[in-house]
Amino acid sequence: MTDKFEKAPADTPPAGEVSTSESATPSEAIKAIPVRHFGRWASGIIVIALLVALVFAFSQGDIQWHAVSDTLFDSSVVKGAGRTLLISVLAMIMGVVLGIVLAVMRLSKNPVTSWVAWLYIWFFRGTPVYVQLLLWFNLALIFPVLNLGPIYKDEMVDVMTPFMAALLGLGLNEAAYMAEICRAGLLAVDEGQTEAAHALGMSHAKTLRRIVIPQAMRVIVPPTGNEFINMLKTSSLVYVVTYNELLRSTSAIGSTSYAVMELLFVASIWYLVMTSVFSVFQYYLERYYARGSSRSLPPTVFQKIKTNLLSLRSDGSAR
Amino acid sequence: MTAMVKSEGVHKSFGTVEVLKGIDLTVNTGEVFCLIGPSGSGKSTFLRCINHLEKINAGRLYVDGELVGYRQKGDKLYELKDSEVALKRRDIGMVFQRFNLFPHMTALENVIEAPVQVKGTSKAEARERARQLLDRVGLADKAGNYPSQLSGGQQQRVAIARALAMDPKLMLFDEPTSALDPELVGDVLDVMRDLAESGMTMVVVTHEMGFAREVGDSLVFMDEGVVVESGHPRDVLTNPQHERTQSFLSKVL
Repeated sequence: MTDKFEKAPADTPPAGEVSTSESATPSEAIKAIPVRHFGRWASGIIVIALLVALVFAFSQGDIQWHAVSDTLFDSSVVKGAGRTLLISVLAMIMGVVLGIVLAVMRLSKNPVTSWVAWLYIWFFRGTPVYVQLLLWFNLALIFPVLNLGPIYKDEMVDVMTPFMAALLGLGLNEAAYMAEICRAGLLAVDEGQTEAAHALGMSHAKTLRRIVIPQAMRVIVPPTGNEFINMLKTSSLVYVVTYNELLRSTSAIGSTSYAVMELLFVASIWYLVMTSVFSVFQYYLERYYARGSSRSLPPTVFQKIKTNLLSLRSDGSAR
Repeated sequence: MTAMVKSEGVHKSFGTVEVLKGIDLTVNTGEVFCLIGPSGSGKSTFLRCINHLEKINAGRLYVDGELVGYRQKGDKLYELKDSEVALKRRDIGMVFQRFNLFPHMTALENVIEAPVQVKGTSKAEARERARQLLDRVGLADKAGNYPSQLSGGQQQRVAIARALAMDPKLMLFDEPTSALDPELVGDVLDVMRDLAESGMTMVVVTHEMGFAREVGDSLVFMDEGVVVESGHPRDVLTNPQHERTQSFLSKVL
């Protein structure tokens, strides 16, 4: 019975065109003359021409390309890039932790904590990070001695090193932005989740930690990734507090070797590498927090490449 | 028979809107107590008062002989601390209309969450028990699935298993089948029927008159924040005395 049924459709297509379709009605693949998109051709040509002009301009420019390749992996440049990464990661960790605390404070029923959190966000979002860096760096001008009573006492200039000023300036500023991102994430979690957890006898703290925050992360992670990429670039501002990060170390070489632009290229290359690597990392992070939210997880980069290759092999017929 | 839930003149307002206008009723231990009534009649609000998800404004509400949300010393009432409220909620399971499963956890993880986090049960022990419970609701093979991979009826049955994992002495059901496709309602009701037969005390807000008639021991018809009529489900449903009950039943039956 089954054999007969399977054979049946094979008989129906007419001789000539071989159709892969299994439907009973004979169908030919449509062969039509496609619409010509002259506009696309024209705009494509114009854009390519502009690109060629740009490349040509650079080839004619007075650029010492060897200075770029010579200094790209110079030990002070690599160290500078390492410091940029270090200060960005530390400031970001500070921003995230403090941001979550501020968001919870802002949402709490206690009017004092809620108001203080609002005030913090108002100040640190309302002033430029550049100004904040300078404020921390020059703190010794108004508080020459850091005196924490019996716990700690030292000269402020010894405490407020370039590293500390950079960390506090970037981290505390970031916390204000992260607080708003986290608040949006916490508010995005359905209230029924809190109710269900409370009905099971879970405390407020446990409900937040086990139920609400893991779900809020799905909303929080993508903008936080953007914040981190911003942070990698904004960290170049700590130049002003004499912290020896990527921009400072490259421009030091640039000004002594009369290759200012070349060393700025070097800095740009490093920034691009760091932001690109992080973008890939962010993709996997988002994938992790998406678990349970969709029926199947989005494919990883490698899975995508694999399916693309497979589809090429099967005559490009796969979607 | 002892009273599991005792309500004396319970009032509840949201702002200026009075939702409950003096509810008096008693739920006996081991019985299935059904609450029916039109939407907005206050039946879900009353259910939520029982485990203190809503605070009552007047009257007294007792679960297993103890005041809900307060402690009485002399003639003064003291509000309970959050931790004390949480302690009492352990003994009251609740099943929601919208399931409210934790979407970032698998079915099994949903069931073991409260025993492990609240009671401090060991993970191995909780897992063992969770498998039994999932088997009891007919979902032994779905332990590793996330809620988004389950149908509404399956999600609701996991939610029941999750509530049972805390070994409650009272189960509250807030319209457990209202968000389900008609063909999935039966599975959930079967689980509830099985639970009723095991002797669990259940308060069920429902629109399933068939379930109320077959399984229910008592039934209350509520409208506009008051109890209009109560009695044995068969009597109330087949021979309603009050005019408002009659008109409601004529619409839903």
